[in-house]
Amino acid sequence: MSESQITLEQPAAMDVLGASGPRLRHTVRRFLHSNWASWLVPAALLALWQLAAQLGVLPANVLPAPSEVVAAAWRLGANGELAAHIAISAKRAAIGLLIGGGLALAFGLVNGVSRIGERLTDTTFQMIRNIPNLAMVPLVILWFGIEDSARIFLVALGVFFPIYINTYHGIRNVDPHLVEMGRSYGMSRSELLARVILPGALPSIFVGLRYALGIMWLTLIVAETIAANAGIGYMAMSAREFMQLDVVVLSILLYAALGKLADSVARLLERATLQWHPAFQRVTKEG
Amino acid sequence: MVDDILVRALLDERLLPIEEPEADFPETPPGGVSLTVRGLTKAFGSHAVLQGVDLHVRSGEFLSVIGKSGSGKSTLLRILAGLDEPNSGDVLFDSLPRAHSSHVARLMFQEPRLLPWARVIDNVEVGLGDRRYEAGAERHALAKLAAVGLESRARDWPSVLSGGQKQRVALARALASRPNVLALDEPLGALDALTRMDMQTLVEQVWQEQGFTAVLVTHDVTEAIVLGDRVVLIEDGVVTLELDVDLPRPRRRGSPEIAALEEQVLRRLFSDAGYVAQGSSS
Repeated sequence: MSESQITLEQPAAMDVLGASGPRLRHTVRRFLHSNWASWLVPAALLALWQLAAQLGVLPANVLPAPSEVVAAAWRLGANGELAAHIAISAKRAAIGLLIGGGLALAFGLVNGVSRIGERLTDTTFQMIRNIPNLAMVPLVILWFGIEDSARIFLVALGVFFPIYINTYHGIRNVDPHLVEMGRSYGMSRSELLARVILPGALPSIFVGLRYALGIMWLTLIVAETIAANAGIGYMAMSAREFMQLDVVVLSILLYAALGKLADSVARLLERATLQWHPAFQRVTKEG
Repeated sequence: MVDDILVRALLDERLLPIEEPEADFPETPPGGVSLTVRGLTKAFGSHAVLQGVDLHVRSGEFLSVIGKSGSGKSTLLRILAGLDEPNSGDVLFDSLPRAHSSHVARLMFQEPRLLPWARVIDNVEVGLGDRRYEAGAERHALAKLAAVGLESRARDWPSVLSGGQKQRVALARALASRPNVLALDEPLGALDALTRMDMQTLVEQVWQEQGFTAVLVTHDVTEAIVLGDRVVLIEDGVVTLELDVDLPRPRRRGSPEIAALEEQVLRRLFSDAGYVAQGSSS
């Protein structure tokens, strides 16, 4: 690569006025190194999709054009319906994550630190973990009816295990040498937890959180298509009945966008709290 | 003097307005304490590591402990620092049992063991224990960091430091707790030869300034002789040789006197003929 660069750029460097070639190449290279580059492929796919729909390659009753989906979003956005559905879905996701994630963190912490806690509860968790949470749907409907609590329960159940397991393992894998060091300098149990054990487990907890966010949306999609009366999943199901394909596609895209948003927030949090970690450092090592 | 100005400059940048230095963190050196070890035994399972160790270390003395791996020298150090309990025998600090003594013993580990998620200065403050929230604590920690020559790295993460610098931070952390006994468990073992010599000089220097009793465990016979007032050899859980190193400091590596002592220790280490040097303890 370097050789071809040299041969291509040498004559261009002398040609000051007609330097559009290398300048373009330079711009392209800068773009490819920027954060925007990660949106290149999605944008290209979108353009391809629009083109295929307009040329009639993609029939409208299979997949509507992106422009129609945007129009549907505009329509539903204008009368406030879209915002209401998003708000309800986001609320369910957040409450489920808070309950499931909170419990997972607490149990992961207790079982990571105490052998007794682990002996009492870990086997149970490992058994329940092997049941796909969506297999619980019939049972959950019987327990909670078709109320919101049923959907929140499913989300909480789904997010519990990735966070629990990663918290537990994160804590178990904290360098015992550091714990011994802390103890030798007279740290109390709570101090050890706050200054040594939790910070050490944090990278692993974040891995769990990001897994959990994926499961959170997955669970919600299914849960909202079953007997809901609001939310993005409900919007998709009712649109299907009226053959509003654009709204169906819009709902699917909304899940993608919300999923990406949640992941980005988690990444930001990760970057803010794991500054010390070499993987998250932007400062380069001194020679 | 220059260090003091630097420390103040650094401090001014961080906490304004600066408070008057507290008497809580005295500038006076902590001083040493005499150690007496009597009939110390320790076994892990059926494996006896220490089999009746007797040792006396004068207050402020620098004792080097050498021995082959598995000879029990690290275990002895961990017991001195209170990280392990012996099966039998006593450890006395100024003739008081270790547990009842108010003297501070610190162990410097083989690895730096810095908290990777705490900045250098916060790692040093670990050495202050509960007192790190008191006024003047930060100043004290910065002064210790200056003592190891790393005051400019106070706000860095440990991951950007070199191995030698990390061990210096670990030394600053130990100094921050104002130890009367500093036990060093081969803290220089993993460093390259030049960094190692730098660190030996630094250890000797802070020991002379602070006056603590130092017990250094090492594989390196030269290091033991260069730093120690006395060298003891531990073999199979008992002390088999004590050797006074009566040479002026700073000592020159490669001087004939050191070479002669080295020879003496090595002959003892590698002969089964039962050659015992009567260096005698005081």
